[in-house]
Amino acid sequence: MDDRYDVIVVGAGPAGSTAARFAALGGARVLLLEKDREVGIPVRCAEGIGDEGLRSVLEPRERWIAARIDAAELVAPDGTRVRLSYPSAGYVLHRKIFDYDLAQMAAEAGVEVRTKAYVHGLLWEDGRVAGVRVLHLGEDRAIRAQIVIGADGVESRVGRWAGLNTVTSMHDMEACVQVTASRVEVEPNVCYFYFGKEVAPGGYAWVFPKGDGVANIGLGVSGDYSGRKKPIAYLRQFLAERFPKASILTWVAGGVPCAPTLKEIVADGVMLVGDAAHQANPISGGGIATALIAGKICGRVAAEAIRDGDVSKKRLAQYAKEWHKAEGKTHERFYRIKEGVYRLSDEDLNRTAHMLAQLPPEEITITRVFRTALFREPRLLLEVAKVFVG
Amino acid sequence: MNRIVIREGVCDLCGTCVGVCPVDCMELTETRLHIDADRCILCEMCVEICPVDALELCDGRSV
Repeated sequence: MDDRYDVIVVGAGPAGSTAARFAALGGARVLLLEKDREVGIPVRCAEGIGDEGLRSVLEPRERWIAARIDAAELVAPDGTRVRLSYPSAGYVLHRKIFDYDLAQMAAEAGVEVRTKAYVHGLLWEDGRVAGVRVLHLGEDRAIRAQIVIGADGVESRVGRWAGLNTVTSMHDMEACVQVTASRVEVEPNVCYFYFGKEVAPGGYAWVFPKGDGVANIGLGVSGDYSGRKKPIAYLRQFLAERFPKASILTWVAGGVPCAPTLKEIVADGVMLVGDAAHQANPISGGGIATALIAGKICGRVAAEAIRDGDVSKKRLAQYAKEWHKAEGKTHERFYRIKEGVYRLSDEDLNRTAHMLAQLPPEEITITRVFRTALFREPRLLLEVAKVFVG
Repeated sequence: MNRIVIREGVCDLCGTCVGVCPVDCMELTETRLHIDADRCILCEMCVEICPVDALELCDGRSV
C-alpha cells in the first residue's frame, strides 16, 4: 500500500469492486479498502438478482449461481397465491463467491485490494478531499487520492464526512432480518414474497431457494412501523407458522434504504455508489444489479476525470447524470409505486390477489399485478404504465 | 445522564441505526458500534429501527 493513488474506493461490495475495476480499466491507479477481514463475508443480502440486470454488466458464472429462478409467487395476507412465470427471470446468488470474484476481477484489472482496512476519516487539503485516514494492521495511515469513492453501504460515512446529506428517513429504511436455513420445503426455482401487516408491515417477507432444500428466509419492516415488535420477532413468528421444520444455519440483520437516489451523489473529489447513494430498487430492496450498473458508470467517469485533471464536483456530476439517464427515472417511478403499494391495506391486497388468481396464468404479469393493486389510484397507475410500457 | 446503550452480543453490526441517525453520532468500526454520547440527542430513532432490539435508552439514575 503506497501513500498516493488516483482513486480510493471504500467498501468492497458489488458497487465498490465494480467501480474500482472500471476506474482501473480506464487507466487510474486504484486502491480498494474493505473493513472486514474477507470480501463477501458476512452476507447481508437475500441474494436475488434479475438476469437482465446481471448481464448488463457481467456474464454470469456458474459458480455464482445457487438457484435459477423462473417464477415469483406472491402470497396475500389471507394466503391466496399468485404466480408470475418468467423463463430465465434471474438467480439466487452465492454472494460470498460472487463478491469475492468481483474483487478478484478488480485485482486482475490492476486494483490494489486491502481487507481489514478500516477508513475512519477523510484527508482535507485547501478545503478539498485529498484522501482517507485508514487503520490497517494496527497502523493509522494517511493515504492520498484525487478521488474517494464511498461504496460503504447503508451506514455510509464517506458521504457525510464530505458534507453530503446521506441520512435515510425512518419511513424509507427497511429494517431486515434473515436466516439461511436448511429443510425448507419449497419449489427450487421459485422466489416467494409474502405480504401483510401481520407478516411484515410496510415491507414483505421473502423465501429465496438456494438449492438442496436451503433457502434465505427473511423480512423487512418499514421504519414507520418500528416499535416494540422487532423484525426479528416477526421473523420468528413467520418461521414458526410457515416453516416449522426449517433448521437455521446462519442469521443476519441489515437495513435497506428503499428511498429515492440521494439528491447529491458527488462532491469535489468524492463519489457515492450503491446503498451509500440509495440506489437499491425501492420496491424490492434489491440492490445488486443497480450497484453493478452504477459502479460501472462511477468507475469509468472517475478514470476520465483523472485523465482530464479535473475532479471537481462539476466534472464528477457526469456520473450522476449518466446514472439518472440509465436508471434514475425508473428508480424514481419505482419509489412512487412503492409509496402506493405499501399504503394498501390487507383487505386491498387480498382483493387484488383474488382478482389476479382468476386470470389465466399466462396473463399474470408484474404490470398487471401493480395495475390491479392500484386500480383505485389512477395517478399511480399512470406511473406503472410508464415504467412497464416504456 | 440518560444515554443509549448497546446490548453487546445482540448487536449484529448491521449499520441500520447509523443510516437513520440524524446527527451522525454513531460509527461502525470493524468490531463494534460506537455512539458519541456528546453528540447524541436521545431521539431514539436507532432504538426504534434496530432489527434485533440491540439498543435501549438507559435512564442514568438507575445505572
